[in-house]
Amino acid sequence: MGDFVIGKMMRPVYIAGDNIITSLGFTTSEVIQRLESGIPGFQRCDDRLLTPTPLPLSLIKTDILNAKFRDILVMHHPEMREEQFTRLERMFIVSIHDALTEIAPEIYGSNSLLIISSTKGNIDLLEEGKKNFTDPGRIYLWKMADVIGSFFGFVNRPLVISNACISGVLALSTAARMIEAGRYDHVVVAGGDILSEFVISGFLSFQALSPDPCKPFDIARNGLSLGEGCGTVLLSSEFKKSTSITVSGSSVTNDANHISGPSRTGEELAMAIGKALKEAGMNPDEVSYVSAHGTATLYNDEMESKALEIAGLQNTPVNSFKGYWGHTLGAAGVIESIATLRSMVNNYLFRSAGFNEPGLPVLLNVIRENVQIPVQNCLKIASGFGGCNAAIVFRKM
Amino acid sequence: MNEILFITQWNIIRKDTGVRNEKVEFNNEIYVNFAAFIKALYKKEAISYPKFYKMDNLSKLGFLSAEMLLKDTAFLDRYKKEEIGVVIMNSSSSLDTDRTYNETIKDKSNYFPSPSVFVYTLPNILIGEICIRHKIKGENAFLVSALFDPGKVIESVKLILDKDHAQACLCGWVEVLGENFESVLFLVEKEKTLKENNLADDSPFTIESLTQFYQHKY
Repeated sequence: MGDFVIGKMMRPVYIAGDNIITSLGFTTSEVIQRLESGIPGFQRCDDRLLTPTPLPLSLIKTDILNAKFRDILVMHHPEMREEQFTRLERMFIVSIHDALTEIAPEIYGSNSLLIISSTKGNIDLLEEGKKNFTDPGRIYLWKMADVIGSFFGFVNRPLVISNACISGVLALSTAARMIEAGRYDHVVVAGGDILSEFVISGFLSFQALSPDPCKPFDIARNGLSLGEGCGTVLLSSEFKKSTSITVSGSSVTNDANHISGPSRTGEELAMAIGKALKEAGMNPDEVSYVSAHGTATLYNDEMESKALEIAGLQNTPVNSFKGYWGHTLGAAGVIESIATLRSMVNNYLFRSAGFNEPGLPVLLNVIRENVQIPVQNCLKIASGFGGCNAAIVFRKM
Repeated sequence: MNEILFITQWNIIRKDTGVRNEKVEFNNEIYVNFAAFIKALYKKEAISYPKFYKMDNLSKLGFLSAEMLLKDTAFLDRYKKEEIGVVIMNSSSSLDTDRTYNETIKDKSNYFPSPSVFVYTLPNILIGEICIRHKIKGENAFLVSALFDPGKVIESVKLILDKDHAQACLCGWVEVLGENFESVLFLVEKEKTLKENNLADDSPFTIESLTQFYQHKY
């Protein structure tokens, strides 16, 4: 073992279908159009059921979500009632349904797997007002995943990954490795989290939330903004209906430093980036663009800038999508990867919303204006509580 | 691909028993509650680690289980810190602490959300605690499954080890919900370490071995 280029020896992993749901829209195209127009999806929210103090939040529009869900329910499971599904389950079902609409039925068979990425799942079921929900057991992530899997008729029981803010990137990495190893031919990765008083009060207690929409990488950044999101990616060993984009490397590391603060040096994220690039057989100068985690907390953005410098990516164009739709937790790695894939397909990079003036220990090449430019290979990174870091490399064939 | 992997150490911690490599480490005839149980276990391990007292119950159990597993082995010396992966699975994620945290925000007249509780409302914090303690910097994955699923744990570990994303792995099942808990951990390596663990042989890392260890009545 050792130095051989694994990406060339194993079978390639193609990206074959996707969906993003955020405050910006309910399909990838809708969301990308809104990104192009440059208008973020935050709204000042003073709903006391969600937040004790008014905050900018990026919320998915409930009426549209429910209307879309009802249509799918009538079409596929007329015997079931809308009330039997939680808000997050509706998001997952609408997202997966949209991503797989054009895909052949074999996607649900024995050579396929559904991976669910979520940090808190149906955590709102702990709320007093939701005590009467049909099935309190759905507080368990695996039970929620089972409901989603059987809704679509997946033969294999879904795999659930819950690894803080790297859940989405870790799920994509796991999926890609499974296909490469020949374990499955198709893996559907769906990531999602709702906003609830539980999560918002927790981040408030950490004093981690910005009073204004977050400003990743900016000198005036003052904490993160939270958002709801759900996204689905179909990874496949078949090129038939796929894009020409492959997953060509990935790596996960741990800081072994602190459970709620990032590494001071960025060394461990840099290590993940280095390993992922090595697996992809790629040099740092072959990376066209970095889709960063960019939460807009003081320490995360600092750490990321140091890591990118160590990894030799200091001058590579970089942005954070969180200035548009906030930190969407278990969805973040999935939906930010999809936006990255669209950048690759369209050769178009998005301005890093909220960024005006550099304010990091390392001067990064943060994208200031939307730009049409050849985009060949991309890196997506994420870091999270528990000291975890993840990196994944996408290559355009 | 498909190298044979070996279980070089394993242990089980349950209310009534602690087992390491088939040897019963303790039998607990009187169980009072988790707090008393875990305190006794901490004392038994004879370590001094003040951060232990700040951990939630899931982290406490997994942390001590990893202590027991790594004790008297050269596992951590055999590998670079970034060559060791940690894969943990459970059923209720962090629900035990989610409930505790929820109590602090339920009543608006008695509202006291605390960051030191909230941080433990993510199950992978347990992995973080183990990594901090032993300076492990390799691959991480926290999986959630209805029951201990040896097949899924093995699949996840093999994805990491077969392609050299790591050379060895600490993996298994750590579940805590109220007074119900159970921990089953394994060290998985590419080479046997017979001398180290005084076993007749190191079992292959297979569904059969994991199931046999897990289901055996000690």
